[in-house]
Amino acid sequence: MSEPDPNAKISVRGLTMAYGSFVVMEDLSFDVMEKDIFVIMGGSGCGKSTLMRHMIGLKEPAKGEIYYEGEDFTAKDAAGRLSFIRKFGVMYQSGALWSSMTLSENIAMPLEEHTDLSAGEIRDLAAYKLALVGLSGYEDYYPAQVSGGMNKRAGIARAMALDPEILFLDEPGAGLDPLSSRRLDELILRLRDSLGSTFVIVTHELASIFAIANNSIFLDTDTRKQGGTGDPKELRDQSDNEAVRVFLNRGESSGKEKES
Amino acid sequence: MKSDQAAASAPPRAVWEGSQGQTTLTLSGEWMRGNVPEMTGDEVSGWPDVIRTDDLGKFDSMLPAYLFRKLRESEEAEPRLSELPDNLRGLMELALKVPERSDAKSDNEEPHGLRRMGIASRAAWNSIVSVLAFVGDSVVAVLRFFTGRARFRGREFWSIMQDCGAGALPIVSLISFLIGMILAFVGNVQLANFGASLYVADLVGIAMVREMGVMMTAIIMSGRTGAAFAAHIGSMNANQEIDALKTFGFNPFDYLVLPRIFALVLMLPLLTIYSNIIGILGGMLVAAGVGIPPQLFWTELLTTVDLTQASLGVFKSVFFGAAIAIAGCMQGMNSGTSSAAVGQATTRAVVAAITSVIILDSAFAVIFTILDI
Repeated sequence: MSEPDPNAKISVRGLTMAYGSFVVMEDLSFDVMEKDIFVIMGGSGCGKSTLMRHMIGLKEPAKGEIYYEGEDFTAKDAAGRLSFIRKFGVMYQSGALWSSMTLSENIAMPLEEHTDLSAGEIRDLAAYKLALVGLSGYEDYYPAQVSGGMNKRAGIARAMALDPEILFLDEPGAGLDPLSSRRLDELILRLRDSLGSTFVIVTHELASIFAIANNSIFLDTDTRKQGGTGDPKELRDQSDNEAVRVFLNRGESSGKEKES
Repeated sequence: MKSDQAAASAPPRAVWEGSQGQTTLTLSGEWMRGNVPEMTGDEVSGWPDVIRTDDLGKFDSMLPAYLFRKLRESEEAEPRLSELPDNLRGLMELALKVPERSDAKSDNEEPHGLRRMGIASRAAWNSIVSVLAFVGDSVVAVLRFFTGRARFRGREFWSIMQDCGAGALPIVSLISFLIGMILAFVGNVQLANFGASLYVADLVGIAMVREMGVMMTAIIMSGRTGAAFAAHIGSMNANQEIDALKTFGFNPFDYLVLPRIFALVLMLPLLTIYSNIIGILGGMLVAAGVGIPPQLFWTELLTTVDLTQASLGVFKSVFFGAAIAIAGCMQGMNSGTSSAAVGQATTRAVVAAITSVIILDSAFAVIFTILDI
């Protein structure tokens, strides 16, 4: 097993994920550099969200390590992980907003816990973050009162509450209309450029993958191993792995075959 | 496709013929839902060698489903579909496009005999361990709170308190009043035989403050609040809200379980005192009906019900409150992530809460008897 890359923001080495004796994915190794927009892709049910849950410490790996800036995250106990987790912002598949609080309170809660800001400053910040995702004016709505897509966007706003270094987004574009999905892609690119955040995104929307990602991993359901890692555009045209090319070409005959 | 027309037309028919080791399947008629296909000949398990479809009329999913079953039985890798008409072949090809995943079938086989006993006893042992672990976690969290290392949202705490305190007053009033009346009625019937009707005051008083007040309140709160705790926390779990708490560095135990335990431990004694008062009022009303004036009832009551007696029920209610809150929160935290699992968690929470209340109460009965209180 190779050593983690000291320059990488996130290094995963030999990660095996399992539910009990059922192995989801074996021997995953990849690096995510600072300011990368890293996409975890693969067919439905191949363990994309599970990989994300491992990376944020909600599930323990069966084998292997995850390093953040060279430090071993998997070896730390719950208390030791806190300092890592403070640098994360996570958006869950359904938004996972706290249903007993308004959208604005949802964003305010992490700020109240982890910063010394005054109530007024926190309110301003929450309003600003909601405006960033196009939810200006919805501060006092409860999650149940707005649509699924709006819940999702509010989830992204909450994930950005503490200006995290690394943002994990679980299927941010799924269930959004094409325009909102496009807006979301622009938002991600702009945040990366202006805040310098690193993004780890679980998605299988090809349009969005090619528009934003500069690094990726493909999880292959058939072999239960990684199918390839790198820039998705290069993978589409030059990957040695048939499954990757087929996936990234939407099942149509792939670039490499045409060349040869 | 119009099924009303189909019903009037040719019935669906499948004829199997076998000759010289070759099976022929002749399909005819309208294969629509509502028409029972007529099978004739020796149906073989598997794909026929020849299919004739000359007289085949309209069909809906009935026919492809029948053929699909035959294809699965045959286990042929490349079945011949060329004899089928175009539209039928298209549907069959679509169904066969992604091969059946043999490992996708769940092995939910019903275990039997020793194995089932083993599974059941292991589950029982695990549940004992998890109850002990949760109670231990709760104690540790309470200690953490009092040393200033655990926090939760004040606003949430107040709203839980309001819900499990003031919100429960109407139902507690009704039940306690009726229980007080029932005790007085039943007691009076017996005591009147001895001409000792007056002692109904002592009976109602002692029964309410020692047992019935706290017991009825605890059972009401198990069904009302214990269930609500389990359902609320369980659906937060299903909606990944608990994961979200963890990744923002909040301890879900401190944020969800602690305020609920505190709220119920504070509110149940207050509700118990209230229930005692209402129950005695109920008894007083019935007594007044059989000729014991309220002043007399009250004076007689005070001869037996002193502060020690009255405090016993309140003392117990502190423990009952903790038990109900822990049962509800534990089932919620350990609930699965589907809506059915949340329902099960709620059921288990109510059962566990009522059971633990009764068990605790019998333990207290033994202790108080030994201490001669």
